[in-house]
Amino acid sequence: MKKAYKIDVDCANCANLMEDAARKTEGVQTATVNFMTQKMIVEFHEGKEPADVMANVVKACKKVEPDCEIFL
Amino acid sequence: MQELIVNGLLVVVAVLAVILQMIGTRANSGMSKKQKVMLWRILAATVLLLGLQVLGAAAFDRLGGAGRWVRLVCYLADYAIIGYDILKKAFKGIHNGQVFDENFLMAVATLGALALAVYENGDYLEAIAVMLFYQVGEWFQSYAVGKSRRNISDLMDIRPDYANIERDGKLEQVDPDDVEIGSVIVVQPGEKVPIDGVVIEGVSTLNTAALTGESLPRNAKAGDEIISGCINMTGVLKIQTTKEFGESTVSKILDLVENASSRKSKSEDFISRFARIYTPAVCYAALALAILPPLVRMFGMGLTADWETWIYRALTFLVASCPCALVISIPLSFFAGIGGASKAGVLVKGSNYLETLSQTRIVVFDKTGTLTQGVFEVNGIHHSDLENAKLVEYAALAESASSHPISKSLQKAYGQEIDRSRVSDIQEISGNGVLAKVDGHTVAAGNDKLMDHIGVPYINCHSVGTIIHMAIDGEYVGHIVISDVEKPTSKQAIRVLKSAGVQKTVMLTGDTKRVAEQVAADLGVDQVYSQLLPADKVEKVEELLREKPGKAKLAFVGDGINDAPVLGRADIGIAMGAMGSDAAIEAADVVLMDDDPMKISTAIKISRKCLGIVYQNIVVAIGVKLICLVLVALGFANMWLAVFADVGVMILAVLNAIRALFVKDL
Repeated sequence: MKKAYKIDVDCANCANLMEDAARKTEGVQTATVNFMTQKMIVEFHEGKEPADVMANVVKACKKVEPDCEIFL
Repeated sequence: MQELIVNGLLVVVAVLAVILQMIGTRANSGMSKKQKVMLWRILAATVLLLGLQVLGAAAFDRLGGAGRWVRLVCYLADYAIIGYDILKKAFKGIHNGQVFDENFLMAVATLGALALAVYENGDYLEAIAVMLFYQVGEWFQSYAVGKSRRNISDLMDIRPDYANIERDGKLEQVDPDDVEIGSVIVVQPGEKVPIDGVVIEGVSTLNTAALTGESLPRNAKAGDEIISGCINMTGVLKIQTTKEFGESTVSKILDLVENASSRKSKSEDFISRFARIYTPAVCYAALALAILPPLVRMFGMGLTADWETWIYRALTFLVASCPCALVISIPLSFFAGIGGASKAGVLVKGSNYLETLSQTRIVVFDKTGTLTQGVFEVNGIHHSDLENAKLVEYAALAESASSHPISKSLQKAYGQEIDRSRVSDIQEISGNGVLAKVDGHTVAAGNDKLMDHIGVPYINCHSVGTIIHMAIDGEYVGHIVISDVEKPTSKQAIRVLKSAGVQKTVMLTGDTKRVAEQVAADLGVDQVYSQLLPADKVEKVEELLREKPGKAKLAFVGDGINDAPVLGRADIGIAMGAMGSDAAIEAADVVLMDDDPMKISTAIKISRKCLGIVYQNIVVAIGVKLICLVLVALGFANMWLAVFADVGVMILAVLNAIRALFVKDL
């Protein structure tokens, strides 16, 4: 399953870091952060509940970029 | 002298901050709350710093022994105002194991400079001003990037905000998402068509500029299919929707363009990889700069270690090293390029395709529908004893019962209503032609076999195409040549492609050799392969892919209807005339909204320009950075220069990136 989330992040490098962090999160197959459109597109592994996974993604992203915001 | 310059700069910053703050109060300034807060902080810190500078060290000295510490506290307070978030982020970064980021660089550099100043009871100005100018730079970066991001997004925004539905004789505006398939919507002049559908009432002219980049008006009347994203110009239209909003052309295009920058190009990958090694590398280099030279001086050359100088240089080195300009300007350039292209009616599905497009050296065309219009037209009338119009009239009448493309093109050339009562005794001779009685005359229209069949001598034709010989009452009266017509811009398109750096053009077609070769010669195509089945086309493209030199890319241009496999196989697949054709949009990497072959070269030129800007930004950003680093390491540059180099390059790179948006005159 694939879902897009609106995000708020200030710098392009931070967006890259968020992308890395999201990709490493369990349950995430791939993640793309689009700095320009301020969107995060996450593809989940089969059978994973997006809400649970996203909670971890948010945590991981906050860790690398405290200023970022993901609107679930 | 330097102090004077710095004070002058501080005044400029303060004035700028006030002006920007005033701009920020306007509703459409696009400044976020974060940015406004930051602006206040910049203003406060600048004013305080100016005040402290004007007072000078002497004023504090009069306070006696405590004076030195009062002064320190004042400066520290100022430092905290402007830099507390950087320190916080740097600390969090270390805490989270993300040590080497720009916050860390700034924190270490300014704290280090502060520490040196405390030690010497000297100039605090530098540490604070560096932080201040860094924040000013950051502010401009975030404002410029945010603003350009919005500008580009607005430019691409063809999203309709509402749909009109008639309820009880009144128009009601509803969210296009809520309109079900089969509903009737009303589009008034000046409004966008929100959803694909069929016109059931009304006549109007549509402007397709938002989709194709060219404001060629299209007529719409009852029964016509209509696609969303067009602007209704003249009359009120009632449209029965055939798709949901999410499936409509306009949504698909928006989706495609918005997600395009998610497919990252090699340059972007390079930059993010670069940034990942660059920052730690710079930190270690700075560390080495702080430690190695003093040690060498001490033990190797027997000189004094001069620790302060080298630590200062190392700190300056850190300030100079921030990779922001690079990291921000590359994706921004691609984003602007894709935005500009979509404005010109060229949809590029990803930054990576924009990159590939710019390296295109071989362009392979499908013939029918791409270089030619795919409709047959009367192209010539030869050896006619009658008036040409008369000949076509007889032919059209004789063929009036047939639905073959040939007879359709004859009827089109005749251009008038067919009066069936004038025709009788129609006899179709399959594969040969037609015999019929028109106005009492026996008319034979068909190929040479038909002429042989009825025993009429005929004149062979040198033209390429389908030849229709005509005989009336057993007498040969000439022939009509029907052929697929080249698009009016095809020839020019090929020429422009060549001048745009394309080395080889190839045409593939299922048509006969003679037709194919004539069209190729006419248009100036280098190579032609004819009589190909769809599967052969894939094979031919694969063969061409094998033959091409290493870095050159091969683009295939088709109409997207039955060449999806070929589109997929080429380095880059370009589909044209995609307006309303979902299949084409799905299959291709680059989608040309209308079917003008000139758009191919436009697309290539846009990609060239965009990639040119990307390379300029990479070279300038890295180049200036490296020069700065070297100057700093050798002691020719101080922290000021480092900060200005950083902010300056960043602003230049962002402005340069925006240029990719302007594609009008390519």
